[in-house]
Amino acid sequence: MSAATIVSLPDQSTARIPKMNFLTKENGLLSWLLTGDHKRIATLYLISISFFFFVGGSLAGLIRLELLTPQTSLMAADTYNKVFTMHGVIMVFLFLVPSVPATIGNFVIPMMVGARDLALPKINLLSWYLYIIAGFMVIYTMAAGGVDTGWTFTSPLSTHYLNTHVISTGLAIFVAGFSSIFTGLNFIVTIHKMRAPGMTWFRLPLFVWSNYAASILMVLGTPVLAITLVLVVLERTVHIGVFDPAYGGDPILFQHLFWFYSHPAVYIMILPGMGVISEVVSTFSRKRVFGYTAVAFSSVAIAVFGFFVWAHHMFIMGISNYAALVFSLLTMLVAVPSAIKIFNWAFTLYKGSITFETPMLYAFGFMGLFTIGGMTGVFLGATGTDIHLTETYFIVAHFHFVMVGGMLMAFLSGIHFWWPKWTGRMYPEKISQLAAIVTFIGFNFTFFPQFILGTLGMPRRYAAYPPEFQALNVFSTAGATILGVGYLLPILYLTWSLRYGAVAGNNPWQATGLEWQTQSPPLTENFPEIPIVDHEAYDYEWLERQQEKEVASVG
Amino acid sequence: MDHISPVLWQFLQKWLTHFALFPPEASKIAPQMDALYFFMVLVSLVGLTLVVLLIVGFSILYSKTRHPHAVQIEGSTILEATWTIIPLGLFLIMFVWGALLYFRIYTPPANAMNIYVVGKQWMWKVEHPGGQHEINALHVPTGRPVQLTIISQDVFHSFSIPAFRVKREAIPGRYTTVWFEATTPGTYHLFCTQYCGTNHSQMIGDVVVMNPDDFRKWLDSSTSGDSLAQDGERLFASLSCNACHNTRPDARGPSLANVYNSRLTLSTGETITADEAYLRQAILNPSQHITQGYAPIMPTYQGQVSEEGVIALVEYIKNLDSDYRVQQTLNTTDLVPESAGGKPVAGAKAPAAEKEVKP
Amino acid sequence: MSDSTSTANGAVVEVHHEHPPYQRHHFESVDQQFDATNFAMWLFLLTEIMFFGGLFTSYLIMRNWYYPAFVEASHQLNIGWGTANTAVLIVSSFTMAMGVWSAEMRKKGMLILFLSLTWLLGMAFLGIKSIEYTEKWEKFHVPGLHWSDSSFLNPASDPEVYSEYHDKPLAPDMAAKTEMYFFLYFAMTGMHALHMIIGISILTFMIIRARQGAYTTGHVTYVENFGLYWHFVDIVWIFLFPLLYLISRY
Ligand code: HEA
Ligand code: HEA
Ligand code: HEC
Ligand code: CUA
Ligand SMILES: [Cu+2]
Repeated sequence: MSAATIVSLPDQSTARIPKMNFLTKENGLLSWLLTGDHKRIATLYLISISFFFFVGGSLAGLIRLELLTPQTSLMAADTYNKVFTMHGVIMVFLFLVPSVPATIGNFVIPMMVGARDLALPKINLLSWYLYIIAGFMVIYTMAAGGVDTGWTFTSPLSTHYLNTHVISTGLAIFVAGFSSIFTGLNFIVTIHKMRAPGMTWFRLPLFVWSNYAASILMVLGTPVLAITLVLVVLERTVHIGVFDPAYGGDPILFQHLFWFYSHPAVYIMILPGMGVISEVVSTFSRKRVFGYTAVAFSSVAIAVFGFFVWAHHMFIMGISNYAALVFSLLTMLVAVPSAIKIFNWAFTLYKGSITFETPMLYAFGFMGLFTIGGMTGVFLGATGTDIHLTETYFIVAHFHFVMVGGMLMAFLSGIHFWWPKWTGRMYPEKISQLAAIVTFIGFNFTFFPQFILGTLGMPRRYAAYPPEFQALNVFSTAGATILGVGYLLPILYLTWSLRYGAVAGNNPWQATGLEWQTQSPPLTENFPEIPIVDHEAYDYEWLERQQEKEVASVG
Repeated sequence: MDHISPVLWQFLQKWLTHFALFPPEASKIAPQMDALYFFMVLVSLVGLTLVVLLIVGFSILYSKTRHPHAVQIEGSTILEATWTIIPLGLFLIMFVWGALLYFRIYTPPANAMNIYVVGKQWMWKVEHPGGQHEINALHVPTGRPVQLTIISQDVFHSFSIPAFRVKREAIPGRYTTVWFEATTPGTYHLFCTQYCGTNHSQMIGDVVVMNPDDFRKWLDSSTSGDSLAQDGERLFASLSCNACHNTRPDARGPSLANVYNSRLTLSTGETITADEAYLRQAILNPSQHITQGYAPIMPTYQGQVSEEGVIALVEYIKNLDSDYRVQQTLNTTDLVPESAGGKPVAGAKAPAAEKEVKP
Repeated sequence: MSDSTSTANGAVVEVHHEHPPYQRHHFESVDQQFDATNFAMWLFLLTEIMFFGGLFTSYLIMRNWYYPAFVEASHQLNIGWGTANTAVLIVSSFTMAMGVWSAEMRKKGMLILFLSLTWLLGMAFLGIKSIEYTEKWEKFHVPGLHWSDSSFLNPASDPEVYSEYHDKPLAPDMAAKTEMYFFLYFAMTGMHALHMIIGISILTFMIIRARQGAYTTGHVTYVENFGLYWHFVDIVWIFLFPLLYLISRY
């Protein structure tokens, strides 16, 4: 790795953070809690999802500790079930779904399209409040004794056989669902209606495209989950309903409705991350993303096809063999656009001028790990192998590779990438590169053994397991500790950098997005004057000319 | 190896001496499954290597120190088409190959020996046609296709035998099937892989594969006396099914002889094959499908027979190949009260039921 | 960027360019603001379609399974009230449309009148719905809470119903499934009623604002978007009515 860097910071002895910016505009708690500014709401989101990430992460720690030994040694089976359920619920609904869109997306999308704010600022604030309400309901659930349905709420287990807090969790997810519907809706409207003059669809940064695709999924998928949860709650309260066979209902119907949302949800959880990777890979190789149009359309293709593959979660659940055939075929088709993206990113590097700042390292991590995670998804999408691998640790490994190795890496990449814009200060480069590497190593240690465990047949959601699986589980737990350290580091040094980081200036990465052409941290209105766009996305030559012009006019 | 901590070394050894990367292959389908699995691993490795090579290679070749000025490239239709079509082709191969396996595993051959499995929180109950009952265990012979007919009496469970590479969900309210042919004698894991509540991880057991001879011995030594069909016959009498399903000219219900696998015409005009699922449904929700020419008078037996009871009845009806057997049952009904041993229901209930069916 | 101008009565107001006061600062023009919020409303209605879609799917599947029970149970609904409610809603859609028109024409009095009429019709709908719900309660047709399937059983305890509709009594196991119908009936009409209640609450607020003259200055976005919502809720009913009341009547 070379010492070369593209970072260009202003002269530190004279540089100051601009006095007037969105952080300093108004003071006091109320000015935050009643704000309509997308950047402040993004900040609120960032703080709250980080909190829930660490709650979910601690629960993951408990899971791994329990699985250190084959017997139920640390906690009772009941408790274990609650722990992994809460882990799944928190990580999916309170962390990963809002992670990139509601924080980074919220922060940069209006700037990227050249707008002063999202189209509906009040709705944006509302969705944060809904998120917080959902968060409190989940915390209440935990305090009151938890819930042990698994994050999939399988009926009739959830409707009839458990007396834990299914209702409060169900309602929490219902509320969180509306939070994400409103975020998605806001994005779509903003991208359609708020673009600056000259900002055509094909001049949009790819981050905007992928968030647009994810928003379609949020808007069309989430309501189905909402109504499904309403039906579960009703079924529990009035003891009659459409899911439980004991009342004449059909448990498979629940599966269909749940996965009709939850499959698209996995793309809600990856598409925005893919957007981050496009930005980062382009910026740090100083090149336009290879095959811009293909990457843009592949996001939309994933979103559209993503709606028609849900039954691949039900291959062994008694759907007809022919239905399985169709859904398997569609699953294969939906996997292709992801492969296209990976290769397009890889070829973006070709003849670039590459530097290796932290966001880029995370992006490389993403590309490797997502390839593994995605390919193992294909194992599961092929009906035959799914029979053996489903409901084992192979699945656990698959989805942690895509969600943690993919999306979480992308999220961290994005946070580091936009940190200077957000706070006006740089994070410390060396230690953050270290954190990225620690995370990568810890991650592989934690989750790679789980593929083998799954192939060997170890079922998921087991509090106790046959002793021959222990060795691999020990590896996995050891890896999780490393991973934990990898995640703790950023929190520490990012907090540190808020005060002591170098002043970043407008455009430390010399990136081309409109958000980089304004001050850091930006003004509340984002731009003093709405920009007029006359260049393609990732036009580094335009940027150079622009900078020459500035130098000329200053000199 | 002193630099590896002794504890870790112990674990490593334990793992390596136990099966390392794959569970044993103990069924006919297992090697086929593993072949596909290997193919997929291979493709993934090639794909991953390619991606990693590209990233690392380009990173070295085009790092800023070596290559200070990027060359702008729009894209390349040919390249992009290549990496669309090649993965697509590979995925489609996996799809077809996987589907072939899937259809094999979920389409039992006609000559398979049928064993019933009932899942409940938190145990597996296995019923052999010969009347052998097992709990959290399944004995099967080598060299013979075995079909499992699986159902759950409460929540979703999933019957998984990793060594056979087969697995099937146990669903409340409907039968599912899976089949395998065991090849290697031994004891293998049996797991419940669908999360089903508190003791999900305790819902495990052993699959014991035996030589046909040993298996026959085992069958003989563990029979409870009556076959499953005989159990069904007794239930048929004690639930007074034969009050209606008899061969008298004034019988209210259709004859059940040979009804299994026949095509029935329903009152709506549709036709339907009377498979296990239909028989089960006919007992528990009789009015959902009314056979043409009959009134919807059959009472539901929901809540009166257990899932095992229904299985016994179904097995009995499946084996009814002539009215003669029903006739026999009729005769035994009269004798049953004493002989039923421990189930003093039959005689006492029959007349009551007779009354019930008056219009 | 902003300048101060004095209005006729001497008060000084801050004005962005020549923007009207209802234009939010982050929009470039009133047109953009209207476009964006209108588009947002359509998207929201799309989510609502998916939301109700889940219920409709469940209904259609269950109906297919338990056809006789669904037929018999639907005969227990009161077609008269159902038709009345349909009429009420269609008229309310008309008054709502007139309300939007009045706002566009900047006719404050008309606007208040039509909004109030819509409000009244909405309440009438809920009133009729509650009469129907009460009837269900009295007949033990509230699943889970106040339920008995005796009116569907053989022999019928409610001969009147049978003579009225010439229904055949159901076998016990099928009769039990009528509860599923009523579960879905309450889930669907309840969800619809909830949307009505939300609509009426917003209407109340809008009538107050209309009296202050908020919508008759050219700022019709709010009224127009609410109109979309109201029409949507009507349309849901237009689907519910045949599905629940009419579909299997002879
Ligand atoms: C971010 C989340 C995310 C993402 C992106 C994905 C992506 C994919 N998932 Fe995954 N999945 C989950 C999250 C995710 N999944 C979760 C949470 C579950 C479990 C839920 C539960 O039960 O609790 C799950 C479960 C799951 C199942 C169900 C298994 C079962 O229950 O039996 C299936 C089955 O088809 C599947 C398939 C896929 C496929 C085909 C993709 C594809 O989109 C992947 C496409 C990507 C690639 C294919 C990689 C690119 C490839 C290359 C660059 C190499 C190409 C080169 C060559 C071929 C030479 N997933
Ligand atoms: C976004 C989603 C997300 C994320 C980020 C994670 C992160 C992690 N998950 Fe998660 N997981 C899920 C989503 C996610 N998971 C889902 C949906 C399920 C399925 C649930 C179900 O079956 O219903 C699941 C299930 C699941 C299981 C299977 C449980 C079972 O089936 O029995 C396991 C087991 O290893 C596991 C482990 C981990 C680990 C080690 C991490 C690590 O990456 C976490 C690392 C983070 C930290 C460790 C926190 C930071 C550090 C500290 C607070 C310091 C203290 C910590 C230690 C000292 C360890 N998870
Ligand atoms: C009151 C009389 C009555 C009793 C008691 C009765 N049945 Fe039936 N059964 C009928 C009638 C009538 C039909 C045909 C109409 C229908 O499909 O419901 C029928 C149909 C069936 C069928 C479907 C076969 C076909 O040709 O459609 C099966 C299987 C069956 N009964 C099994 C049983 C069993 C098992 C019992 C006892 C547990 C039982 N019945 C008790 C009257 C009865
Ligand atoms: Cu039964 Cu898990
Ligand atoms: Cu999926």
